Amino acid sequence: MEQTWRQAKAAFAAIAIPPLAWLLLFFIVPMTVIWAYSFGENTGPTTIDFTGTFANYMRAVEPLYLEIFGKSLVVAGLTTVLCLIVGFPVALAIAFASPRMKSWLLLLIMLPFWTNLLIRTYALIAVLREQGYVNFTLEWLWNNASGLMTFVGLQPLGEYEPLTLLYNNSAVIIGLVYVHLPFMVLPLYSALDRMDRSLMEASLDLGAGHMRTILLVVVPLAAPGIASGVLITFIPALGAYLTPDLLGGTDSQMIANVIERQFKRANDWPFGAALSFLLMYLTFAAIAMQALVQRRSERRR
Amino acid sequence: MSEAVVSNAPAPKPTPHVKDNAIIRFEGVTKRFDRVMAVDNVTLDIREGEFFALLGPSGCGKTTLLRMLAGFETPTEGRILIDGKDVADLPPNKRPVNMVFQSYAVFPHMKVADNVGYGLKMDRVPGEEIKTRVAEALELVKLGGYGDRMPDQLSGGQRQRVALARALVKRPRVLLLDEPLSALDAKLRDQMRSELTSLQEKVGITFIMVTHDQDEALAIATRCAVMNRGVLAQVATPADLYEFPNSRFVADFVGSVNLFEGVLERDEQNEAQVRCPEISSPVYLDHGVTGARGSTVWVALRPEKIEMHKRKNGETAPKMEDAPAGANVAAGIVRDIVYLGSETNYEIELESGRRIKTFRSNLTRYDQEDFTWDEPVWLAWHACSPAVLLS
Repeated sequence: MEQTWRQAKAAFAAIAIPPLAWLLLFFIVPMTVIWAYSFGENTGPTTIDFTGTFANYMRAVEPLYLEIFGKSLVVAGLTTVLCLIVGFPVALAIAFASPRMKSWLLLLIMLPFWTNLLIRTYALIAVLREQGYVNFTLEWLWNNASGLMTFVGLQPLGEYEPLTLLYNNSAVIIGLVYVHLPFMVLPLYSALDRMDRSLMEASLDLGAGHMRTILLVVVPLAAPGIASGVLITFIPALGAYLTPDLLGGTDSQMIANVIERQFKRANDWPFGAALSFLLMYLTFAAIAMQALVQRRSERRR
Repeated sequence: MSEAVVSNAPAPKPTPHVKDNAIIRFEGVTKRFDRVMAVDNVTLDIREGEFFALLGPSGCGKTTLLRMLAGFETPTEGRILIDGKDVADLPPNKRPVNMVFQSYAVFPHMKVADNVGYGLKMDRVPGEEIKTRVAEALELVKLGGYGDRMPDQLSGGQRQRVALARALVKRPRVLLLDEPLSALDAKLRDQMRSELTSLQEKVGITFIMVTHDQDEALAIATRCAVMNRGVLAQVATPADLYEFPNSRFVADFVGSVNLFEGVLERDEQNEAQVRCPEISSPVYLDHGVTGARGSTVWVALRPEKIEMHKRKNGETAPKMEDAPAGANVAAGIVRDIVYLGSETNYEIELESGRRIKTFRSNLTRYDQEDFTWDEPVWLAWHACSPAVLLS
């Protein structure tokens, strides 16, 4: 029997009120406080006056901070694009794997989720640092190549110069791609797995090769999955804090690192709040764009 | 046995567009999935211009055979030749065949015209030519003027026509149809049946259709292959399939049938006799059967070939000599009646207790009143009506 909430108000209230209260108490109220801070002024080490000033926002759009916002957007965007490029073939491969293989591959994708981010990041440092495994491998190859060249009577190669893979912007992007790849692969996989296989077969049957089938049929039909994968990767990447903090150098600050500094070292909560809300508005814009893509592709089918 | 019997077959329907050359040849084709034998050593020629049906219950391998032809599956053993050329190394996009999928597989994100033009675009046909050929193809399937619609604005039947146009516009050597009518409602299915046949005659392309619906195969195809568990059971024209089945499986799968197990008692040039325990008198046949005397055979009797007559209570079956010339007679009692309008189906209990089906056309408006429940009847059938099956 179909019921509307009007017919069973008590039951509806019993179900709806606890989560609503939870949201109100632990999300809406604190966010409102922070939002209010963003219009306030520091009057002492621990006191903030709500003066309704826009000074914090004016400061936040100064070139210094705009640049960091811009940089965060670029880093998050690059991360998302790289995740898409790496994740799409992976998702395609999982979607076309045999059922038994599929569950193992999905498990492999999910595995990092069950490990602490901090541990994963330090593990990445162990891999990337100058005495890390990447450099070990390259050095081994280098020395072997050098040995081979002496063997055939050529000049040996010089001393191996370890690559600097850490504490710069590429380290941040490598770290962000590594952390966010599952967020991209899973929605892509679910979109590709749902897709009617006969559509791809029809494309092949009509004379298209595999690449054209992917470009002309698979990608357009997976657009909603791609959009949600992009969004779900982009938003956390934009607000990334730990990865740039641990893997980045002095010039790899992202907006979340700046915000953290305002709340902690600078003890300037109003300014930190203003920056936080600007970041949140950017996020909303991204969600709105995803919704637009979704609606356009829904109208098509 | 079959050779002697087939000579009795009526002339096949005139199909002047069917040529003698085999456009498709399966040579000992076998397909195994893991340990499952999907297609088992199939050898089959399909002639140019035929409307060929692959008929069988689900899981019999007919779709696998079609998909191997399209290039979506590779045979485990054997060869497939299209126009005499082995296509083993050709991927689906290089084969001169096109397929209409069961789900139609119309691209939902493309306009009808782009769907139909897709294959031509892939072949790098110039834009102007694509336009005219797409328009022609849409005209052919009676969808002229629908080019700008999106697929979600079309009905299921219209979407199927798009799929047809999309495949035909490429002028393939062979068109493959996977259960083309299964998703349509009954009225539309009847209409589409005749449209498919006339379309095939118009374009002159060889059509190969997969279906599990024997009515559909009989109605549309010029020739059918019945498959059972990966093996070709019989390849014949629809009429031969129905009237001269070669096995119990085919007799039972194609149409309705009463099957009786029996022993071949007499087998001569022009007559034969089978003793079936379930029928009180021996079944007399006016043609010879190539089987060893005393061997087990099966008598297949179609329900519509059995006549019903009134019988007085207590009257017993006449002896062979007393029965009308060339006729078989058995006594029975009406146990069930299903009135279907154009005909009535009766379930008759024989003296042995075996129940059999008979169909009777309602030739006048009062025919269905002739027989009622528990009424004693005579059943009679002509000596040429039953098919004798050796397997």
